[in-house]
Amino acid sequence: MAKYLLLKHYRGAPAAPGCDVPMDQWQPAEITAHVKYMLDFNAKLEETGELADAQALAPEGTFVRYDGEGRPPVTDGPFAETKDLIAGWVVIDVDSYERALELAGELSAAPGPGGKPIQEWLELRPFLAVPPTITE
Amino acid sequence: MDEVLLRSLTPAVLGVLVRRGAGFAAAEDAVQDALIEALRTWPDDPPRDPQGWLVTVAWRKFLDATRADTARRRREDVVEAEVAPGPATAVDDTLQLYFLCAHPSLTPSSAVALTLRAVGGLTTRQIAQAYLVPEATMGQRISRAKKTVSGVRFDEPGDVATVLRVLYLVFNEGYSGDVDLAAEAIRLTRRLAAAIDHPEVAGLLALMLLHHARRAGRTGPDGELIPLAAQDRSTWDTKLIAEGVSILQTALARDQLGEFQAQAAIAALHADAPAAAETDWVQIVEWYDELAALTKSPVVRLNRAVAVGEADGPRAGLAALAELDAGLPRYAAVAAYLHEREGDLARAAQLYAEAARKATNLAEVEHLTREAARLNAALRET
Repeated sequence: MAKYLLLKHYRGAPAAPGCDVPMDQWQPAEITAHVKYMLDFNAKLEETGELADAQALAPEGTFVRYDGEGRPPVTDGPFAETKDLIAGWVVIDVDSYERALELAGELSAAPGPGGKPIQEWLELRPFLAVPPTITE
Repeated sequence: MDEVLLRSLTPAVLGVLVRRGAGFAAAEDAVQDALIEALRTWPDDPPRDPQGWLVTVAWRKFLDATRADTARRRREDVVEAEVAPGPATAVDDTLQLYFLCAHPSLTPSSAVALTLRAVGGLTTRQIAQAYLVPEATMGQRISRAKKTVSGVRFDEPGDVATVLRVLYLVFNEGYSGDVDLAAEAIRLTRRLAAAIDHPEVAGLLALMLLHHARRAGRTGPDGELIPLAAQDRSTWDTKLIAEGVSILQTALARDQLGEFQAQAAIAALHADAPAAAETDWVQIVEWYDELAALTKSPVVRLNRAVAVGEADGPRAGLAALAELDAGLPRYAAVAAYLHEREGDLARAAQLYAEAARKATNLAEVEHLTREAARLNAALRET
């Protein structure tokens, strides 16, 4: 088993067909269908034992940097518009890279306006594992 | 094995040990050891007096631990030299535990964790699960909290208001997983209400019962928020409502109004209305005025603006809103609602979208986004 991170981006990713309409411009029923798809996706992964974690993030964040002894940290305020924002993530624990790809594809197919898949870009990244204690 | 019985006995046993001179952390360890012993032996050999059994075993465990630890030898002498402990009333001890756990030197989150642990008898794992943090993290948080209160004299009178605030925090977590914190908070507040006679304790208990009674109607099948006006009132628990109202009436009759009683009164008026349209908004505004005088809380004034909007129309609501700081949490959501009722759908849709961006939990974000989408769809059609 290997862990993978499926990162959902607000922006910064290449344009995707269903992603250019902000959610508050969708029909209420479309939002409901989208949310239900995500919940079902998580529930299904839980059932197959492949879900490790799923979290959503608030859209606002701050860049912070150490700025020397005894000085307050430098902050960059809310992210500038061009900067990448991460909407949330799902951590999956799967048998193979192929399975991870398959699930990422499924998540990206969540329905958007008109019930068509939003084809959202997801970043798929493997977790680095801790080296095993026993090396034989 | 009745876990609930064990949990309900834990604080009393812990209280007796601390009263007899055991340090808080040592007493806790001893009680845990005694609980393990109970889980092992009770199924075959149930005691006649479970609490007496636990006190005896826990005290023995404490003495064993103290003896085994040479560094504590001096404290042992002190304990030995003390007069034999007389019978302690369980109720008093539990009460003192409440005050200890809600000590002002603790941060709110530590106070909550310690209360759930010591008074509620939940395991560290259960508390960690309820707060979605790793068990080790919660363990650290609790042991730091224990260290903080270890120097506090147990007989110091505590502030009831602090205890009530902690219990209300527990209630508001409302997480329904392995342990339902809302139900747990109600259980603890009931015990507190049985132990001390204080109108605000009754007020808090009434408030919790009235909120809890409406719980089934508050979310839809997929966890989405359903606003009060759209809730299916047949799902409300009328027995809990009746109990909450009767507790509240007894408390109000004492004529010592406090913020929890005032909040409960507002909740009671909502619970009493057979339909949303029949809500007595005029009286609700009056209670908000009382509440605003008691707390000076800007959140109260924000809620008051909503009530004014219902009682005197959206324009009056917006006027009340204009007096408040636009940076308040949920300000945009309230403004959106009032603008929609006034008929300015475009402005309302904008404000709902803004409120969704500022919301701090997922269910709220989705609800507000859906409201914005609903208005945008309506605008496109016209």
